[in-house]
Amino acid sequence: MTMTDEPTDTAVIGTRVLRKEDPVLLTGEAVFANDMKVPGALFMAVLRSPYASAKIVSIDTTAASAMPGVRAVYTGADLAELWAAPMPCAWAVTEDMLNPPHHPIAIDAVHYVGDGVAVVLADSDAIAHDAIEAIDVEYDPGEPIIDLEDALSDRVVVHPELGTNSSYTWNLLVEETDGAVQKAFDEAAFTVSERYVQQRLIPMAMEPRAVVSIPQPFGGDVTLYSATQIPHVLKVMIAVTLGVPEHQLRVVAPAVGGGFGAKLDVYAEELLCVALSRKHGVPVRWNETRSENAVATIQGRGQIQHIELAADSAGKLTAIRVRLTADMGAYLQLITPGIPILGAFLYAGVYDLPKAYDFSCTGVFTNLTPTDAYRGAGRPEATYAIERAMDALAKEVGVDPLEFRRRNFIRKEQFPYEAFTGLVYDSGDHDKAATIAAEMIDYAGVRARQAEQNVEGATKRLGLGVSSYFEMCGLAPSRVLASLNYSAGGWEAATVRILPTSKVQVVTGTSPHGQGHETSWSMIVADKLGIDPADVDVLHSDTAIAPLGMDTYGSRSLPVGGVAVGMACDKVIDKAKQIAAHQLEANLDDIEFVGGTFRVAGSPDREVPLAAIAFAAFTAHDLPDGLEPNLEAQVTYDPPNFSWPFGTHMCLVEVDTETGAVDVLQYVAVDDCGNQVNPMIVEGQVHGGVVQGLAQALYEGADHDSDGNLRTSTLADYLVPAASDVPPITLGHSVTPSPTNPLGVKGVGEAGTIGAAPAVMNAIVDALSGLGVHDLSMPASPNTVWNAIHAAQSTSATGGNQ
Amino acid sequence: MVHDVDPGTPRTQHTTSDLGASVEITVTVNGTTQTHDVEPRLLLVQYIREVVGLTGTNIGCDTSSCGACSLHLNGEAVKSCTVLAVQADGQDIRTIEGMAAADGTLHPMQQAFMENHGLQCGYCTPGMVMAATSLLEENPNPTEEDVRLGLEGNLCRCTGYHNIVKSVLAAASANA
Repeated sequence: MTMTDEPTDTAVIGTRVLRKEDPVLLTGEAVFANDMKVPGALFMAVLRSPYASAKIVSIDTTAASAMPGVRAVYTGADLAELWAAPMPCAWAVTEDMLNPPHHPIAIDAVHYVGDGVAVVLADSDAIAHDAIEAIDVEYDPGEPIIDLEDALSDRVVVHPELGTNSSYTWNLLVEETDGAVQKAFDEAAFTVSERYVQQRLIPMAMEPRAVVSIPQPFGGDVTLYSATQIPHVLKVMIAVTLGVPEHQLRVVAPAVGGGFGAKLDVYAEELLCVALSRKHGVPVRWNETRSENAVATIQGRGQIQHIELAADSAGKLTAIRVRLTADMGAYLQLITPGIPILGAFLYAGVYDLPKAYDFSCTGVFTNLTPTDAYRGAGRPEATYAIERAMDALAKEVGVDPLEFRRRNFIRKEQFPYEAFTGLVYDSGDHDKAATIAAEMIDYAGVRARQAEQNVEGATKRLGLGVSSYFEMCGLAPSRVLASLNYSAGGWEAATVRILPTSKVQVVTGTSPHGQGHETSWSMIVADKLGIDPADVDVLHSDTAIAPLGMDTYGSRSLPVGGVAVGMACDKVIDKAKQIAAHQLEANLDDIEFVGGTFRVAGSPDREVPLAAIAFAAFTAHDLPDGLEPNLEAQVTYDPPNFSWPFGTHMCLVEVDTETGAVDVLQYVAVDDCGNQVNPMIVEGQVHGGVVQGLAQALYEGADHDSDGNLRTSTLADYLVPAASDVPPITLGHSVTPSPTNPLGVKGVGEAGTIGAAPAVMNAIVDALSGLGVHDLSMPASPNTVWNAIHAAQSTSATGGNQ
Repeated sequence: MVHDVDPGTPRTQHTTSDLGASVEITVTVNGTTQTHDVEPRLLLVQYIREVVGLTGTNIGCDTSSCGACSLHLNGEAVKSCTVLAVQADGQDIRTIEGMAAADGTLHPMQQAFMENHGLQCGYCTPGMVMAATSLLEENPNPTEEDVRLGLEGNLCRCTGYHNIVKSVLAAASANA
């Protein structure tokens, strides 16, 4: 029975199994990194630069070193000998990409407010923090570069040794014939040219980062506990950066309180704790405050987008041109330069586009916190640009935005769809998702209400926004990553082990931090082996226990890791069948495995349960010749394609034109992630994802002053929404199974975020288009909305055109 | 595997410098009365986590915004980052560790969160459960809006709040 068959009455997959993860989290029993009790540990604190750009003239650590309880104070120069290599960037997106050396603590110069300048080790957290304030640093400040267009001009260069702020320019030009793109624009019946800004966002996972490194000076091993999404990748990177033998490293992610990409990185503090714990021969630990997290943990997004669409007289897209300027920040962290590239293939959205696509992205350095992956990582940005531009184009063509999209959707029959890029989108049905969403929100009814309400003089205006998205997740076929010059692969590993007493252990290379893998992987195994999910234990996030893995990010864990678990089950069953055939004295081909029991086809009396086979494999008293004892199988699965979830979101807002306030009346999300393992978990991922996208549209933005200081460094001024700030989310779904993997599944962790921001912004623009508002920036705060209305009104008053 | 000592043992190192004069406080935590010397500047959340050794209560911010540190002080939810340990002298504290019954049965609020997928990473969860329990004590039959406003002081980044609200409303109707 394959997983793409209709589920039987006994199937666990597809049901709302409650989470195994919950009891320890609900009772406070779970141990997050900063909960660990580590006797004898030294506490590390980092002195951070108050300047966005400055030379370090001198550092006087005398007073700090003399404080009682301070064990050591180090400058960047003191620590230089500890590093075998600079901090890693795993994605050289172009061969000529410029990557300035980046060390855990700055040596000669600082390049962003928050850049580490010195480190203190002390007997307590309080002493360590008192001591960093006693370090005297003399800086020679320079002019910081904050603005992306200013950075691009190279007026002032962030890293003088590079001679430019442009780290790379990455191009993707796909044309049927040379010049096809320009020709399409020249001949187009309709064009739009839009400029959007993807503001910087701060991931703000509720758990600030924390690290504990425990060395064994005589034993040689080092164990690093870190609030990380990537224990396996981190282990390799630490070995390389510190020159520590990899086989002596163990990395553990304890309970991790949210990541969203911000914990997908190799951070200075992780490297410092490992290096200093080895140097001092005692554990070293560190944790960040929230204000520190805002500058010392990566930020997300940060792009200026120019997008142009061309369409023929029927309103069909004929060409797309995109120019991005992407904010790297002060340094390239683990995949900083690649984030915009992850979206590079997606600026044509869910639409059928001929080979006429011209994309170019320049990554520039600024004197700000480095950027890196944040929920969606390049794909929300891409979807935002195309979905906002499609609304603009629909207006040009004079067609309702939903109808306009329907004219351009890739049709169901066209899947698997080979895109102009050569990528194959495995399955989809955009029209269906859009239809479900339209029904759920009562599209026609809303348009009618809108026409009645949005009359001249109305101060409360209704707006309906549509966002049809798809995305490229489930990283990834390793060969495709190779072609993109990404330094790692995209496989995932799983071991399924049936113990002598027939309980099952699953060892997975994924690293969950809220996504419920223990529950979902148990469900997959339950259906495969005909057992209760409660009899399955899922082991993860510890490189000593789960040595093989590529960790959790990019909505990859189910389509790659979960599929690997299923495949490992198949392998175990194959081995068990051989034992069953031997015990039942039957031909291997005649053995069936149904409902947890091995049977001889056609002889219902001859059967043996899996539990008996497991015990037989353990005792090895009577196994077929040549068959090894034990019942365990390991699979490393390299997916043949990315994962392509899709959907349509619709958002109904009411804008108060007198205050600029936006009230989200309704938010409908229809998402298709193929077969759903646990619908409850899928819904949770969509809820959380949508709210983060909605928050980008309405509330959030990392705001810097002209000196490069982050003005929004606490949760009091960076507006992560509270329960009263967000609407309930109405969910629908369709199921278009993926033909890419045997479970028919796709990732869904980022889909909500990818669909949401354009749905909300399209709604606001829709509400205000009658007032001449064509665009407004994110976040659409009341102030921003009010100003946009008044700017549009005064333009029309002075006879300007929109 | 994990280099912990027995999780019930308080950390032997205080995070405060030993430069300030200590104050003796006696606090009842989850039914057990204990006495310690603490610095006047020690926050209640630090006292609970580092002196008493109960790490279920979490720290998520430094501006009293996130509510991850919520616990019950004399039966009422407070943000323990905004209370000094010395203020808890003679008072009664209940933390997330004190919510389940002695036999391990989850508190109805905990059970409701589990049944309604009201948590994902779990970091905000102890604070949410403590705040929500207190909310229902004050308002046993809240509307959805009451719940959303009542939990304004507890931030979550994972769930989008939809299922948290559902959990609290479920707990309310289970009590009704």
